[in-house]
Amino acid sequence: MSFVLTEEQESIKRTAKSFASERLPITNLRTLRDTKDAAGISHDAWRAMADLGLAGAAIPEAFGGSALGYAELGLVLEECGRTLAATPLVSTVLLAANAILLAGTDAQKSALLPPIARGESVVAFALDEGARHAPQRISTRLEATAGGYRLTGEKVFVLDGHIANALIVVARSAGVDDAPDGLTFVLVPQGTPGVTVTRTNLVDTRNAARVRFDNVTLPASAVLGTVGTARAHLDTVLDRARIGIAAEMLGAIQETFERTLAYLKTRKQFGVAIGSFQGLKHRAAALFCEIELTKSVVMDALRAIDENRPDLAQLASAAKARATDTFLTVTAEAVQMHGGIGVTDDLDIGLFLKRARVCEMTLGDSAYHRDRYARLLGY
Amino acid sequence: MIDRDELECFRGEVRAWLEENCPKSMRSPAREDEDVWGGRRATFPSGDAKSWLERAAAKGFTAPTWPKAYGGAGLSGDEARILEEERVRIGARVPLKSLGIWMLGPVLLRFGTEAQKVQHVTGIARGEIRWCQGYSEPGAGSDLASLSMRAERDGDSYVVNGQKVWTSHADKADWIFCLVRTDAKAPKHEGISFLLIDMATKGVSVKPITLLSGASPFCETFFEDVRVPAENLVGPLNGGWTVAKALLDHERSLISQIRDAAAANEESLESLARRYIGLGAESGILNDPSLRDRITQANMDLLCNKLTMRRSSEARAAGLPPGNETSMFKLYGTELNKRRRELMVLIAGFQGLGWEGDSFSREELTRTRDWLRSRANSIEGGSTEIQLNIIAKRVLGLPD
Ligand SMILES: Cc1cc2nc3c(=O)[nH]c(=O)nc-3n(C[C@H](O)[C@H](O)[C@H](O)COP(=O)(O)OP(=O)(O)OC[C@H]3O[C@@H](n4cnc5c(N)ncnc54)[C@H](O)[C@@H]3O)c2cc1C
Repeated sequence: MSFVLTEEQESIKRTAKSFASERLPITNLRTLRDTKDAAGISHDAWRAMADLGLAGAAIPEAFGGSALGYAELGLVLEECGRTLAATPLVSTVLLAANAILLAGTDAQKSALLPPIARGESVVAFALDEGARHAPQRISTRLEATAGGYRLTGEKVFVLDGHIANALIVVARSAGVDDAPDGLTFVLVPQGTPGVTVTRTNLVDTRNAARVRFDNVTLPASAVLGTVGTARAHLDTVLDRARIGIAAEMLGAIQETFERTLAYLKTRKQFGVAIGSFQGLKHRAAALFCEIELTKSVVMDALRAIDENRPDLAQLASAAKARATDTFLTVTAEAVQMHGGIGVTDDLDIGLFLKRARVCEMTLGDSAYHRDRYARLLGY
Repeated sequence: MIDRDELECFRGEVRAWLEENCPKSMRSPAREDEDVWGGRRATFPSGDAKSWLERAAAKGFTAPTWPKAYGGAGLSGDEARILEEERVRIGARVPLKSLGIWMLGPVLLRFGTEAQKVQHVTGIARGEIRWCQGYSEPGAGSDLASLSMRAERDGDSYVVNGQKVWTSHADKADWIFCLVRTDAKAPKHEGISFLLIDMATKGVSVKPITLLSGASPFCETFFEDVRVPAENLVGPLNGGWTVAKALLDHERSLISQIRDAAAANEESLESLARRYIGLGAESGILNDPSLRDRITQANMDLLCNKLTMRRSSEARAAGLPPGNETSMFKLYGTELNKRRRELMVLIAGFQGLGWEGDSFSREELTRTRDWLRSRANSIEGGSTEIQLNIIAKRVLGLPD
């Protein structure tokens, strides 16, 4: 394990950085928002990103990916975080692709993964049902029928659900609502009768949807792998995505901080740069420490995925909790240190504040992850 | 960077050496009164402690990265880290605690004359001479450069007059390294020199001060017409500030590392909490949810801090320029340690409040005093506020 980037990683970082700043700058997100774009992402840019091998960074070469690894994918996520880039990285690359990779049969992997790696297919992951992240509280039912299955229930906060070519739904095939076992991943293609997708417009323009399943008829082949075995993979899928989101947050955090630092050096009041006031200096220095700590745990967690380490779950929770808290603190401080202009829509700083809230609730807030971490350590 | 295999091979050797040489009784955490500090008047809690020091010193493992010629083991940074990991793994005590090793030695190796290295560095590595630090004065704390203790040249000596304060272990030390004013007219940073003084010299006296914890580890130190040979000057005359700052860097990284190592050796917060608070029979989680959350926050922050220290040492090993991390580690490490100590006392409830007597176990009494001692961590070696100033200026480039 090494925290020092290799030449290859430096080069991936540079590629991702210039791609994000040229093709997906913050103005891109603003345009999508202000024109009320129906998709909420630029498909062209996503395909161009895939051409660079970035969409398939964590997908094995056998299934069309570039098999770079998570340390590398993390760098891409970080750069996308810096520009608040609208991409299906979280929904498709982190969540859906991992569910397919871990639970799917070889035939399913061969059919589903290559189009993801090529940037042609967006696959969303439908998990949560209540007001907050609760991966075991699943009441969406999957029932066996003569020819296949019937799916009934409702999912919320499905990232990219409104543009997905297919959904991977975490459904209950057995047991009561809170039971850890009896979960199944099922693949539901776009346009399947009985599926109602409603786009939900989020505060930070992140793309999400609410999806209803009314007696949806599915063939037996819709099940990823074997019925009732999703539990074995669900934590790993979620942990990889949590770590990925932490990397995305890390990028956004650094961008917010750097912009704020620049402002502290240029904005003058009382005849001097506001960054010369000790009241602000100390707060900026404290943020710096928090950010350095966040960077370390995120980097280590990414490497833990690559190295298949046994403490992955702990690290995922530590990284998600820490990145969330740092993101919230840094954006709140950034807005405050900008004064009046900080609370305007003209300045980008506020967009990061909004993104922080949405990232917070995605796949578990920090209280959720502290509770999980404690359980994992047996207390 | 050295080959991984070579390092793993080194790990094997170190493991075997520790297994053979570290006495069994030295493989448990030392109480504060069991620490071995060496020096002319060295005391040892046991024969094992004495032989552990002797064996480690003979191997150069008291100062692993120093050159063999001056009593070190000549290890690379990676090798030293492995030695440390292996030591911690078997819970072996540090054979020697020493300001000489932590602070003065590295500075003498860099700024000292050959004669000074020969005279002092080897003695430090072997634990033969115990050093103390004479920086702070009653009027010069955070603003250290405003110090006023004078050293005036007289023939081939300096004559020293003035007072130091907060001098840790001055009453037990053999020598003291001091900052003295050698030019009263120059700007404050440019009239300071770095001087080594034998505490046995006529005119040196000490008076202990009691801490909140009840311990009395530090003193006021007085100097009255103390004659010091001119060859005891380290670095150029009036160039002591550069030496002083280099030493402070070592001090700061050290204070944070000691805390980290202490945390690694001690019972975890959750284990303490299981004993004092207990797990719910059904829930299987700690019976105090708010304390449980604070414990977890501390645990996560400890993890993040540890990873950051590793990241920084990897960056240094790879030859990347140092990023002024010491201030961050000093700041974060000490604040974290304070939090952890506070939680330990809190977890113990009433049993965390004892001062003395049989109603409390020795462990409980130590824990309470350690908590009190930890309050000094963010003051000694440059306060938290001073570290924030340094980060703001040197790392973030914020204007004065
Ligand atoms: C346990 C312990 C052991 C020590 N051992 C030694 C030793 O062996 N040798 C030695 O030489 N010294 C030693 N010291 C002294 C230590 O280095 C000083 O206490 C420290 O530098 C602070 O100085 P001060 O106590 O005079 O506090 P002050 O400098 O008076 O500080 C008081 C408060 O003001 C704040 N403050 C000061 N300046 C600023 C500023 N510019 N901006 C913002 N806030 C500021 C400080 O952070 C602090 O909160 C020891 C101290 C302790 C507690």
